Amino acid sequence: MGTQISIFIQQIINGLKIGSVYALVALGYTMVYGIIKLINFAHGDFIMVGSYVLLYTIPIMVAGGLPAWMAVILAILACSAVGITVEKVAYKPVREKGTKMSALITAIAMSLFLENLAQTLFGASPKSLSTIFNFPNLEVGSTKLNGNTLLTIAIGVAMMIALQLFVKKTKMGKAMRAVSEDGEAAILMGINKNRTISITFAIGSALAAVASLMYCASYPQATPTLGSMLGLKAFIAAVLGGIGIIPGAMLGGIIIGLVESLTKAYIGTLTGGVITSAFSDAIVFGILIIVLIVKPAGILGKNVGEKV
Amino acid sequence: MLKMENVNVSYGSIHALHDISLTVNDGEVVSLIGANGAGKTTTLHTITGLKAASSGVIEYDGKDLRKMDPSHIIRVGMAHVPEGRHVFTQMSVQENLEMGSYIMNDKSQIRKNMDMVYEYFPRLQERKKQLAGTLSGGEQQMLATGRALMSNPKIVLMDEPSMGLSPLLVKEIFHIIRTLHQNGITVLLVEQNAKMALAVSDRAYVLETGRISMSGKASELLANDNIKKAYLGA
Repeated sequence: MGTQISIFIQQIINGLKIGSVYALVALGYTMVYGIIKLINFAHGDFIMVGSYVLLYTIPIMVAGGLPAWMAVILAILACSAVGITVEKVAYKPVREKGTKMSALITAIAMSLFLENLAQTLFGASPKSLSTIFNFPNLEVGSTKLNGNTLLTIAIGVAMMIALQLFVKKTKMGKAMRAVSEDGEAAILMGINKNRTISITFAIGSALAAVASLMYCASYPQATPTLGSMLGLKAFIAAVLGGIGIIPGAMLGGIIIGLVESLTKAYIGTLTGGVITSAFSDAIVFGILIIVLIVKPAGILGKNVGEKV
Repeated sequence: MLKMENVNVSYGSIHALHDISLTVNDGEVVSLIGANGAGKTTTLHTITGLKAASSGVIEYDGKDLRKMDPSHIIRVGMAHVPEGRHVFTQMSVQENLEMGSYIMNDKSQIRKNMDMVYEYFPRLQERKKQLAGTLSGGEQQMLATGRALMSNPKIVLMDEPSMGLSPLLVKEIFHIIRTLHQNGITVLLVEQNAKMALAVSDRAYVLETGRISMSGKASELLANDNIKKAYLGA
């Protein structure tokens, strides 16, 4: 019994770890959606960009006598630059001249472009990253907790708290909320809408860079398609929590992470081997479908009737 | 002084404003009256750059507003209270007012302006922590007006401030316009409620299907038979 509880706790911790990665990525989707009502399908690929930056800068950091994780600073800068550039070059012109649908197609195109660019530059085969964290394991009673996992969760939580404080308390954060709610009124207040959109993309991409650090700490491999499944699940997390709602993205990410981890661990035994852990993705997508049927605006979303 | 000269505006193939020319002198209250769809709101949107003019001159204090980014208009001292209030419903009353002073950096001045707004509208102070979306229509109008005053504007453009409000609240809003006038703030007022608008105004322009059909002293327009028939319901 004791070992079973300890396995359960470990599964929860694992779920929280991958959940906090999903949450950080989901925040990027939800913030961009909040401000320009666009699902930025290229957002997942920003994580991939981050992982390649880490791949090439970690050895430099280590050679310079700095801790490996400091490479994340360069990843943040690179991802923010990519995010702002994608917005300015691809999305802004379409947003001003085209329709929402053409913007969405542009986002899918940007995603494919980034993946293929990475494949051309770095090759299709996975490249291994060196160790990022080396945190000692923790033992609580009979439960062994992986130190790197706990650190990943801690980073995720810290980022989420910092973002929440930024959005609630700072002038820039309030301006972001103002633009996301009512762009025209925000302009009348003197808020530069385009600059605010750029900053939103920069922050979302920076969170993706941190997510890539957290992800690569557990799965140290960079591939051109690293961001596609991860991005898709984070997108589901954002929709699950209520797209455009920041706490919703966090909640959605954690839920998806926990569901995934627990189904992988227990679904086989619970169903007597009929459904195996290979179905965990199907279950995650299934949850999304159910939530969308029951509560189309997401868990924290409010069904706002159009006021006429 | 705000000046529009031969301004034309189109929505696609629909020509909405035809050669609009008007002036608003410093310290004046000028109203723009007319029926639905006459182009009153479009005129205000064109002044603050939310809608681009296709030709004509729009100047404030000699500055060419057509060349200015819409988000810079407030920096020349012009605030716009949009039709339908457009308060930030997911933000608190206080945060809405903070957004009104977005262009200002002097914290003590912002504090002072906020006190001034609360003095104009004591009800906003009682509700300062409340989300703006939970306010009544009248309170939202007060908030939208207060928010515009947060940047110490020299001129305020007000679009249908009385829309959807009870007679008592309408009186209150017009009382505020009078107070602004006494404090030397210029007001360009767009109103369906022509009677009340003319009563607080120095001068007025009448818009009909995108053209200015009449203009003059508010008191004269109030006495004009055509105006009485068309807009005052007499």
